[in-house]
Amino acid sequence: MSYDTELLLRLYRQMAKIRIFEEKAQELFLAGELPGFVHLYVGEEAIAVGICENLCQNDFITSTHRGHGHCIAKGADAYRMMAELYGKRDGYCKGKGGSMHIADFSIGMLGANGVVGGGYNLAVGAALAGKILQQDHIAVCFFGDGASNRGTFHEAMNMAAAWNLPVLFVCENNQYASTTPYRMTTAVQDIAVRAQGYGMPARIVDGNDVLEVYDTARDLVEWIRAGNGPMLLECKTYRVKGHYVGDPELYRPKAEVDHQFASNDPLKRFAQAVISREWLTERQLTNIMAETAELIDQAVSMARKADYPAACELFTDLYAEREVQDHA
Amino acid sequence: MRDISFSEATLEAMSEEMERDSRVFVMGEDIARQGGIFGQFRGLPQKFGFDRVIDTPISETAIVGAGVGAALAGVRPVVDMHFADFITVAMDEVVNQMAKIQYMFGGQCSMPLVLRAPDGIIRSAAAQHSQSLEAWFMHIPGLKVVVPSNPADAKGLLKAAIRCNDPVLYFEHKALFATKGPVPDGDVVVPIGQAKIVCPGSDVTIVSYSLMMNKVLQAVEKLADLGIMAEAIDLRTISPIDKAAIFTSVAKTKRLIIVHEAIKVGGVGAEIAAMVAEEMLDYLDAPIVRLGAPFVPVPFSPALEKLVKIETVDIVKAVQQICR
Ligand SMILES: Cc1ncc(C[n+]2csc(CCOP(=O)(O)OP(=O)(O)O)c2C)c(N)n1
Repeated sequence: MSYDTELLLRLYRQMAKIRIFEEKAQELFLAGELPGFVHLYVGEEAIAVGICENLCQNDFITSTHRGHGHCIAKGADAYRMMAELYGKRDGYCKGKGGSMHIADFSIGMLGANGVVGGGYNLAVGAALAGKILQQDHIAVCFFGDGASNRGTFHEAMNMAAAWNLPVLFVCENNQYASTTPYRMTTAVQDIAVRAQGYGMPARIVDGNDVLEVYDTARDLVEWIRAGNGPMLLECKTYRVKGHYVGDPELYRPKAEVDHQFASNDPLKRFAQAVISREWLTERQLTNIMAETAELIDQAVSMARKADYPAACELFTDLYAEREVQDHA
Repeated sequence: MRDISFSEATLEAMSEEMERDSRVFVMGEDIARQGGIFGQFRGLPQKFGFDRVIDTPISETAIVGAGVGAALAGVRPVVDMHFADFITVAMDEVVNQMAKIQYMFGGQCSMPLVLRAPDGIIRSAAAQHSQSLEAWFMHIPGLKVVVPSNPADAKGLLKAAIRCNDPVLYFEHKALFATKGPVPDGDVVVPIGQAKIVCPGSDVTIVSYSLMMNKVLQAVEKLADLGIMAEAIDLRTISPIDKAAIFTSVAKTKRLIIVHEAIKVGGVGAEIAAMVAEEMLDYLDAPIVRLGAPFVPVPFSPALEKLVKIETVDIVKAVQQICR
């Protein structure tokens, strides 16, 4: 299979953007600049990027507490994200949401969720809205292996399948739920098998291979768009960072983490693949890294200088300030 | 008497109760291998084994529901909710099952289940990880709700909760876990339903609980400097509430302020104010004052978050106003 050069460059640029954004967020949090909790997506970039590159602006996604990667992959702006991490007024949620709750409704990003398993049914509803509005968008729901043990998972899968809704359920199986390894809370080897119980097809991919994710997601998205109903995609990956920044990670050996990252880093794997096949040059990739680093640095320095929300903003946004629009 | 942290105090309570009664067990997310997010379960599995200190999947409805079933079958579960916000995920299990079963089945069974729920605001945890929801449960007959403010009560109330044959919600403020204080030696149990007069005074009654109690005590000192002798009452339990302690104090001081971190609207303070207005109106020399959070979710930005928190100065100011 061969790929369009533009596509390859875009995949790498998006992954690089997530990687650098996350490394910066880590650095800033550890320096005491960012408040709250920060959960990093480092090492899982191939999933969000491989999938979102197949989506249109009007397709919807729902995300998790580990949501920065999904935002960037769907096209969110690094400055407004960074400003949100700082709790500044320019942030996507005017500083009211923070790292765990970034949303960008203008690109169909319906929000990261601090409640594990909170996003499934929102995605189902977003897909349902397409039927009512007679639009042909699809909804993609990202969730973790741990989240698949929430009851909401089963209810959402069943409803989406029973009503033949255009939803792609994407399980990011990174082997850990907070401090607990996958095998200790889950009896099945693959989350994918659960789809069977709802009459839904499922696929499993190597979540650290962006091309495999991209190719598979393209097929699934096409299938869903054609009106065939929901699908489950399980992406096997590994959580290379702690559950949150500052996690002492007493529950797993450092050697396991180092080995995983050294051998399975999605950016490195992509670079090796495209360079060895002479699809892209090393130079092209280095340039992308440098440009992206500059972009993120700019985002940080702007966010640092931005204003905090004013006291009166505490009460805005609780209720709709405009009257309900008449669509007649 | 030793100075230990709130977290260590709860750990001692768990350990002593598990030692005393082999039917006591505990389950929740990340508690056994990790020891809990606040270290409040550290070392328990080493003492009691992984069959009595259980790591669960992220399945709150199953965790609480199974706790209810286990209690019905004769054991005494302690269930950890990770963050109080996630009780909402298991609301059916708490409100329709756990709270009602004893009554609905005519007292054929009891429901000795403790739900531990770390609540309250800590540094920018944002709207889904910062809530104080205790008032919701005060509204549900059948539940008992305790809210310790210091290590000694944390230990004594947890022991009482575990020994209690009714379902108890045990709210522990996330910002309290690391605070230290004197805890008596030995098997000291703090009875559920009994408030404590933490310091006696004659000019005004200040009722509070949990983290805010500490701010109230700071305010009491400042007020003393200003010549106002405040009587501070730590509720310790909000359901059943110690009406007598509040009424006795109000009869003496004739002024009442209630302080809590939770939203003021529909809060514990609203209930207390209503009780006093219904039965004690003639005693009052000033309007009742309630201090609580404004009616908004807890915002992330530090600039906004600080606006929803009650500080010592707010309490001092409010008291000064009604004691003029
Ligand atoms: C309903 C609920 N229960 C518990 C938590 C606490 N919590 C936050 S993230 C997390 C682990 C999630 O694991 P997983 O779904 O596998 O996602 P990952 O962090 O691995 O990306 C837990 C237990 C929560 N936020 N919401």
